[in-house]
Amino acid sequence: MGDSRGPKIAGSSERILIPGTGIELPVDFDLSRRDMLKIAGYGSLAAFIAACGGTTPTTTSGSVTAKGGSMSIGSYLSDAVPKKGLQDVVDAFTSANGGTKVKVNTVDHGTFQNTINNYLQATPEDIFTWFSGHRMRFFAKKGLAQPIDDVWNDVKSNFTEGFAASVKGDDGHVYAVPTSYYPWAIFYRKDVFTARNYKIPTNWDDFIKLCQQMKKDNLIPMAFADKDGWPAMGTFDILNLRMNGYDFHVGLCGGQQKWTDPKVANVFKKWAELTPYYSPAFAGLTWQEAAQQLRQKKAGMYLLGLFVSEQFVSGGNADDINQLDFFPFPDLGTQYDSEKALDAPIDVYMLAKKSPTLGTDSGQAKAFLEFMSKGSSQITYWKASPGAIPTANDADPSQYPALTKKAAQIVSGAKRITQFFDRDSRPDFSGPNAMQGFLLRYLSSPKQDTSSLQGQMQSFWDSLTPE
Amino acid sequence: MSAAAVRAPRIRPARVVLHGFLIAMAALWIFPLFWAIYSSLRPISDTIQHGYLSWPSNGLSLINYQTVWSQAELPYYYLNTLVIAVPAVVLTLLLASMVAFACTQFSWRFNLATLMIFTAGNLLPPQVIIVPLYRIYLATPIPVLGEIDIGKFAFPIFSDRGLLYDQYIGIMLIHIVFQTGFATFVLSNYMKTISKEITESAIVDGAHVLRIWWNIVLPLCRPALAAMATLLFTFIYNDFFWALILMSTGSKRPITSALNNLQGEFFVNNNLIAAGALLVAIPPILVYIFLQKQFIAGLTLGSTKG
Amino acid sequence: MATSITPAREDSPEAGELAPTRRGRYNVLTRYDRRVLMLMVGIPLLLEIIFIWWPTLSSILLSFTNYDGVGDVGPQNFVGLKNYQFMFSGYTLFWPAFFHNVIWLAWLAFIATPIGIFFAVLLDRELSGTAFYQSVFFLPVVLSLVIVGFIWELQFSPTEGFINNAFGLTKANNIIDWLGNPRINLFAILIAASWRHVGYIMVIYLSGLKSVDPTLREAAKVDGANEFRTFFRVIFPVMAPINTVVAVITTIEALRAFDIAFIVNQGKNGLELLSILITNNSISEASLVGFGSAIAVILLVISLGPIIVFLSRVMRTTS
Repeated sequence: MGDSRGPKIAGSSERILIPGTGIELPVDFDLSRRDMLKIAGYGSLAAFIAACGGTTPTTTSGSVTAKGGSMSIGSYLSDAVPKKGLQDVVDAFTSANGGTKVKVNTVDHGTFQNTINNYLQATPEDIFTWFSGHRMRFFAKKGLAQPIDDVWNDVKSNFTEGFAASVKGDDGHVYAVPTSYYPWAIFYRKDVFTARNYKIPTNWDDFIKLCQQMKKDNLIPMAFADKDGWPAMGTFDILNLRMNGYDFHVGLCGGQQKWTDPKVANVFKKWAELTPYYSPAFAGLTWQEAAQQLRQKKAGMYLLGLFVSEQFVSGGNADDINQLDFFPFPDLGTQYDSEKALDAPIDVYMLAKKSPTLGTDSGQAKAFLEFMSKGSSQITYWKASPGAIPTANDADPSQYPALTKKAAQIVSGAKRITQFFDRDSRPDFSGPNAMQGFLLRYLSSPKQDTSSLQGQMQSFWDSLTPE
Repeated sequence: MSAAAVRAPRIRPARVVLHGFLIAMAALWIFPLFWAIYSSLRPISDTIQHGYLSWPSNGLSLINYQTVWSQAELPYYYLNTLVIAVPAVVLTLLLASMVAFACTQFSWRFNLATLMIFTAGNLLPPQVIIVPLYRIYLATPIPVLGEIDIGKFAFPIFSDRGLLYDQYIGIMLIHIVFQTGFATFVLSNYMKTISKEITESAIVDGAHVLRIWWNIVLPLCRPALAAMATLLFTFIYNDFFWALILMSTGSKRPITSALNNLQGEFFVNNNLIAAGALLVAIPPILVYIFLQKQFIAGLTLGSTKG
Repeated sequence: MATSITPAREDSPEAGELAPTRRGRYNVLTRYDRRVLMLMVGIPLLLEIIFIWWPTLSSILLSFTNYDGVGDVGPQNFVGLKNYQFMFSGYTLFWPAFFHNVIWLAWLAFIATPIGIFFAVLLDRELSGTAFYQSVFFLPVVLSLVIVGFIWELQFSPTEGFINNAFGLTKANNIIDWLGNPRINLFAILIAASWRHVGYIMVIYLSGLKSVDPTLREAAKVDGANEFRTFFRVIFPVMAPINTVVAVITTIEALRAFDIAFIVNQGKNGLELLSILITNNSISEASLVGFGSAIAVILLVISLGPIIVFLSRVMRTTS
């Protein structure tokens, strides 16, 4: 797939290039749906295209970046593997940029997200790690992020239009540099599947049968962990996408569809077929612990993002990561199977407008953003871990770990892409005492009649101040 | 069984039952800590192989402590706490003793109201004031006067960003304010027992109030001050909430607040969690071992700390 | 309790109460002294008002707004009682959190505190080894609730924790998810919280018992009352001041409950508490400051109950 790399823009709005793969897909897109998509994030490839109609303000390049000096990064990359990845890139940047001193403030993932609003208003670092989608635009709209159109002007040739659209705010300005993305899929160990002669399930019935077989074989069929509240959203996303389609899902995240819709009840009903095969006591487990169940061959499968691989790297056994593989979520026999929709969130770096040092560090910070836009930097970043896929066009796929290559393919096979529930919906709806709590309540007895729960979800949504 | 013990204390069998009961309860009480120590001393490979409920096959080791200590850079977090707690304790005691002195040794119209303002403030749940407090911290300018560097540890005087937010001095300040309420209450209770004639005769002798406070009353309060210092240090050391919200630089957080940070990054299995938790618990346990009397005296002097 | 270290002139009748000669005393002070005294009280008072009471008042004001935590708050943010209406009738987590605080209080009041008092009563009898028992029960009191949370996670962890391993509850069909099952996790963390609370109450009560006049007990014994009766009829009433303190501590602890639940799972899935709802709304990505403040006001109003009880006691003993 490496032959058609480089800047390439789909001339017609009927076709789109998949980020990082060079594969073109036909898309149908209706501009009248723009409002809906605005809320749900440029979640689909179609939206990526639609958004590229906006004009990019231009800045004369040349004086954008600066060498030497210093700058700072606020990072949520607190787990060992990605933290080291960032440190490697920072070191490379320092030596490439005239010895720029970089201060990295690492705060644990959960606290960083919970306190992001306070953090960005107070004395943030120059650059901060964040997520694309609604979550990026939310802070852009509140005036807490600095537009980086000048940086983007310098680097945009290195990104597909899809990524270009994903970093644009509602006002048409660019607010972030996308540095990686990753798909959600069902992960498994090749050696376990070979030893037990398991077949990759392609439809729901086979999937459930495989679960039953694993249970007989004394494996936890599906590793699952929801102590942190957000992992369950991944399962909700994929079931809703495949059962009710991309448009409905996006509408639900954006409030145009109702939580009380029987279609939502069907999702919960389907989900209940899977929950008996989950890790015991999953509400008390972290995703890292569930990943260890998979790594230690206690569990057979795990629906999670590609970042699950970090736990296979940090385990210390080199063979673990070679055994890790994944397959796409099985077909459910609905009309939406053909969309092959999935969550493929994009992670980004942004400039914090209120950073007290941004005035003096602006050039260095922008130099770092440009540095992060290079394929070589992104590969440095992920060399230690196949936890995400580089976004730059000039990233050399031959240097990708095998798992990363495959991950890029599965995303390219999807006709519809969403970010993730908490990036596609508004933050006050996806928090611990809202959607996370609702899903945990559902999971505590999945066979329940969900109508009252759905009613609560809807009334909670209705209570939120309109954005 | 204990009822029987209570009923007839002088009969020996009842005594035995009572002791049996107390020993059982004591064993129950100490067990969680014992289990944490035991887990922390076992290499993770050993527990993966044999499960948690097993005898160590390859002996115990301090490897988990070494890992946590060096990888998580715990010494720096201890230092963060120290930099906040020590000045906070000293200043709290100074401020509180001044208020207590003025309100107990002299009569003003607003004595009682003043004491009530302090006491009630300490009883409020911190969450009630956190958001406006955060705003105040963002709006309060603090001079930047350089910093003291000790290796990787840099202590700014007084702020490195010109604000109270995200500063050692900010965390120190809220502890001082919050604990002054408590300390004032305790110290004023204590000073009420000091005869006013001492102050009176000193005044007649022409001593200034500052001298009376510093040279006469404070020395008389030494036991109470020692008790309060022990107690306040433990309270401040153990606090989790203020720094979680008012400090955004992960590496500047005091150790108890930093635990969350460390959990995802370094404490990747239960054995390491146990070792980390116990290392963080060492200073309070030292207080427990060497200053138990002062600690208890502090608690009971006040009997109010919520 | 502190009377053992009072200065020599304890016989003075005024000791412990305000001097009768108000005006006379005040006039002895020079102007300089009066200014110094003013500063001695004024500076701490100013800090207390700026950093505690002004934020408290602000929280009340914010509770009538839809302030989102960004920029300035103005009249356009005023929404009247909307936050309160939603909290009581629309917000599905308010009442669960409220009742979790009530359960917390009930647990401490009817289980943990009585155990602490019971231990104190047992240890008040001059047994051999009292010091040892007291030290053991007291140990958790010095630890922070965060550490207590970590230590008990090692007990409650579903597959790796001691309890499930010891009782053979780690297999899928009978596993007990102590911290993840919303029907039991509140009680699991209450056990952890009690581990600390019991020792705390014991120490305070024990110091109170030590100061009870021994002749009272002798007299009761002469009257033929058994230990049980002696405690409830004689000792307990005499301990009224300490009882109030213990009641206030218990209530305040229940209202302040935060750390363990926050450490375990950020206070969701059965561990919702008022303090946590305030934090998760006000200090969150979306920053619903107005709504969070409304919950804070409720917590404030409830907290004023024990605070007033306590202050009135202080007032009574002072005047």
